[in-house]
Amino acid sequence: MKILTLVRQVPDAEARVKINAQNVDLEGTTLVIDGMDEYGVEEALRLREGGAGVEEIVALAVGPKRVEDALRTALAMGVDRAIHVETDEKLDPIALSRVVAQVAQAEGAGLILVGGQEADWDSQALGAATAERLGWPQLTWTNELKLEGETLTGRHDVDDGNESFRAALPAVVTTQQGLNEPRYPTLPNIMKAKKKELRKDDLGTYGAQPTVRVVQSEIQTRARLNKMIDGKDPQAAAEQLLDLLRNEAKVLA
Amino acid sequence: MILIVAEHAGGKLAKSTLEMVTAARQSGREGPVTVLVLGQGVADIANAAAAVADQVLVADMPQLATYNAEVWAAATAQIAQEGEASTIIIGGSRSGREYAPRVAVKLDAPYLEDVIRLSAQGNALQAQRYTYLARVTETVEAEAPVIVVTVKPGSFAPAAAAGASGEQYDVELDLPAPRVEVTGKSVEKSSRVALTEADVIVTGGRGVGSPENFATYVEGLADRIGAGVGATRAVVDAGWRPYAEQVGQTGKTVQPGAYIALGVSGAVQHLSGMGKSKYIVAINKDAEAPIFKVADYGIVGDVNQIVPALIEAAGK
Ligand SMILES: Cc1cc2nc3c(=O)[nH]c(=O)nc-3n(C[C@H](O)[C@H](O)[C@H](O)COP(=O)(O)OP(=O)(O)OC[C@H]3O[C@@H](n4cnc5c(N)ncnc54)[C@H](O)[C@@H]3O)c2cc1C
Repeated sequence: MKILTLVRQVPDAEARVKINAQNVDLEGTTLVIDGMDEYGVEEALRLREGGAGVEEIVALAVGPKRVEDALRTALAMGVDRAIHVETDEKLDPIALSRVVAQVAQAEGAGLILVGGQEADWDSQALGAATAERLGWPQLTWTNELKLEGETLTGRHDVDDGNESFRAALPAVVTTQQGLNEPRYPTLPNIMKAKKKELRKDDLGTYGAQPTVRVVQSEIQTRARLNKMIDGKDPQAAAEQLLDLLRNEAKVLA
Repeated sequence: MILIVAEHAGGKLAKSTLEMVTAARQSGREGPVTVLVLGQGVADIANAAAAVADQVLVADMPQLATYNAEVWAAATAQIAQEGEASTIIIGGSRSGREYAPRVAVKLDAPYLEDVIRLSAQGNALQAQRYTYLARVTETVEAEAPVIVVTVKPGSFAPAAAAGASGEQYDVELDLPAPRVEVTGKSVEKSSRVALTEADVIVTGGRGVGSPENFATYVEGLADRIGAGVGATRAVVDAGWRPYAEQVGQTGKTVQPGAYIALGVSGAVQHLSGMGKSKYIVAINKDAEAPIFKVADYGIVGDVNQIVPALIEAAGK
């Protein structure tokens, strides 16, 4: 069985977000694999190391030239091969799922791992949209996963708590914090990764058009009062804070 | 029609459904506001929906007794097609955002996710949503005969009951068999005010030190001032508190009048869930903690000293 693991590139969580001409400007920003996708890469490796019948692990990324870096990281972590559908077009998750589903079919993948929420577009849609295109079931917000033969078992978060599940492959699993601790690529593995296949592919063949247009982006930070209260005398600090909450903010009776 | 899929739990129509009705009425999209109720034994829920909607479609079937993404998507898409819906509005809950993309793919429709505003612009639908862990507000637009939308909970005022009740119709559905088998479930209930509805929230981070301290300080203060209780992911991962209380990117999004953070560092993933609170209070012993950057009132100090004083002073 082949695993397809999806890799997106996003600004580092600590990086400042800038807006330029009503759009988020990534110039000069440190970009990394989306943390949520990294759990997927790690989980694919762990499934294989844990003895599941995993023939091959393929990482897929869709995006501009620079996305190669994220794929190299995945290769250095241990995936076998990478596919880069190179484009400067910004595809929304519904459009992107068209590409992912076609690659999964062409590759004969039996399991797709993808992050539960994008750290840039905050979307949770890619896994589900891909599953629907393929006619596969999906397990979202997964924080425990086992694969025995063709059967997936595990646990995932739902509206009011969490559920244990069982489902047969093929399936889409969306990953999140808590599932595992992603490994750091070691220097020897980074060197080895340079020799691994990173195939370039052309978006044109997939017939994927954006379905949502970004009109504008803005950073709206609420101006905060930033009033600091001296904490040296806890009683006085407590009284002062309560007074502010009651009489200035008027949020406490 | 504008098709809203009702969210309900424990035999009651959820407030989010009333919020979706407001979103539908503000959207400027065409057609009667129609609520689809999926479930089993849902007569009361349908009645409650009829008080706010133009019409209610009721699918009361044993196969709908529990939520399943594939089944919900199939049901929604079928009704949308039969009713020639122009817009489908689904709740921005975990489950809503799980099956809505499937509906969009089934209908070959654009998908506007987790929106906080909706307005028609000619034939197009414009929406606002938060991106980059809620640091950016984006305006997005889609133009198509049918568009799928999920609405972020708490973003629209709940619709008030209209004078007359909407007409109710029973619908038949052809549903797929669920392929994901649920083998166990753990429901996390908090006996307190629901986090998404609380006016004031007291949240504890790892800085409170232990589960015992969490009970004394965080719950203690919350009880004294009638607040809901929240927790950071670090606290939930450590097993001190249930997941139901987690606030942040992978937890709940809250927007209370006041958010009081005790021993919380203020990581971006946490801020993305509470950064829109009206007033933010931070108590942290590290003056450099990022939480102070977004705080309205901050105290640099030890929770072990400040919070007992606060609980005492609040009781006066
Ligand atoms: C993909 C992903 C998703 C995530 N989702 C979430 C999420 O939904 N919600 C979330 O909260 N986090 C989330 N996180 C984790 C987040 O990055 C932080 O690790 C987490 O929020 C830290 O929690 P904390 O502030 O309780 O702990 P810490 O970072 O350990 O901070 C503890 C703070 O307490 C202070 N402190 C210590 N002792 C005292 C004392 N005696 N008195 C006063 N202050 C004290 C310290 O100065 C420090 O600032 C996510 C991370 C990732 C990678």
